[in-house]
Amino acid sequence: MTTLTTPFLECHKRAGAKLVEFAGFLMPISYAGILAEHRAVRTSAGVFDVSHMGEFEVRGPDAGRFVDHLVTNRVAGAEVGQAVYTPMCLPNGGIVDDLLAYKFEDRIMLVVNAANIAGDWEWAQEVAQGFDVRLENVSDRIAQLAVQGPRAAEIFEGLVPPAALDLGYYRFTGTSLWGVPMVFSRTGYTGEDGFELYFDAAQGERVWEELFQVGRKVGLQPIGLGARDTLRLEMAFCLYGNDIDRTTHPLEASLGWTVKLDKPDFVSKAALLAAKAKGLERRLVGLEIASPRVARQGWEVLAGGAVVGRVSSGTASPSLGRSIALAYVPAGGAANGTEYMVRSGSVELPARVVPRPFYTQASHR
Amino acid sequence: MTPEGLRYTKDHEWARTDGDLVVVGITHYAQDQLGDVVFVELPAVGRTLEAGQSFGVIEAVKTVSDLYAPMAGEIVEVNAALAGEPALVNQAPYEAGWMVKIRPSNAADLDHLLDASAYRALLEAQHA
Repeated sequence: MTTLTTPFLECHKRAGAKLVEFAGFLMPISYAGILAEHRAVRTSAGVFDVSHMGEFEVRGPDAGRFVDHLVTNRVAGAEVGQAVYTPMCLPNGGIVDDLLAYKFEDRIMLVVNAANIAGDWEWAQEVAQGFDVRLENVSDRIAQLAVQGPRAAEIFEGLVPPAALDLGYYRFTGTSLWGVPMVFSRTGYTGEDGFELYFDAAQGERVWEELFQVGRKVGLQPIGLGARDTLRLEMAFCLYGNDIDRTTHPLEASLGWTVKLDKPDFVSKAALLAAKAKGLERRLVGLEIASPRVARQGWEVLAGGAVVGRVSSGTASPSLGRSIALAYVPAGGAANGTEYMVRSGSVELPARVVPRPFYTQASHR
Repeated sequence: MTPEGLRYTKDHEWARTDGDLVVVGITHYAQDQLGDVVFVELPAVGRTLEAGQSFGVIEAVKTVSDLYAPMAGEIVEVNAALAGEPALVNQAPYEAGWMVKIRPSNAADLDHLLDASAYRALLEAQHA
């Protein structure tokens, strides 16, 4: 398979990015360094190229009814201009992907993870049987940039109508920037205030250049996938492929708030109702590790010397200066303060369940 | 990026003679590959090492890597500054970011390591 690129590859190279292959795309892992980039987003603002993510458009008389059947959260009933975070599950409750559903006047746009575009597309088409909908995979035509940080809004002052800067969290609007029509969405994956911009991929480089011109006043920095991971992990946001996948369901992933079991019917409803009735076996929790060592994905979680769970993500939290992790532990041992050991080979470290998010000073929740 | 006068290993460590001791650290290439270093675990002073033996751990944000002894010897000093400032490994890998000083069992072992041009060739081969 050939490596795919986003419209910003040349911009990344000019900015001195270290590039890696991620989900089939050549992507920037870091520019100035993960810690510096992390700090820029927590204190000022940074730009992430997230154009590798996929976009599907759903149109037709049954669009709302279909999406509500496909995913676990409530989308059809959302207001126009609202974005909804939701898992999409298999009939057995396993998570196919987690995504954002954007409710437009005439369509719903699903924004999915890059690594899952093919699998999601196949699954969505299968579920669409019997619904009067038209699905279109527009992933290749759309560029996406995330501008995140407490000073992100300042960058756009005077460039977009005031109403666009008054958007609530998880609200979006159509606007135009530098003559380029775009979806302007107050969403993100960092816990900070900020916006995600969706626009014509052919305009990519121009938007990047303009953005950094106006961003100078806040010291706008390009941010790679490395800091994207540390930022989301400090917020305990799930990463597909680490913390959730087809073998985990949303209730045990502590995503119960995204599962509307009172919806009439949806794929996975029966399985998730049954799982809830039976009681959860395991739960995704936040762990603080009592060591400067990092417990990474795949480390074992031990209680009384026995393996009882597994670390799904871990990092050295740049904001907190502590070693943090997400892990599946027995549901009966998910309370804050519960103590475990985490182990890899001969390295064994004490860990303790702590409240999520780990980082509580972010500009958005 | 690969100073002359130092010796190098295939594991991307450097070694430099300092009187009858040998100072050891990781190369510029190694710190660049690791990214931001957040913790360096170093051995106790007095520990004796075989050549190639793991004697410590470098924890970076994205990854972790073992440190290997470039030659047999005894640890006589570790860089205490790294405990408070692990970023020295990134900022000055050949100077303030050094890791340990070893009293080699056999000083001639140093000559068996790569010289700067051989190490440069190794890096180029890895990126060919």
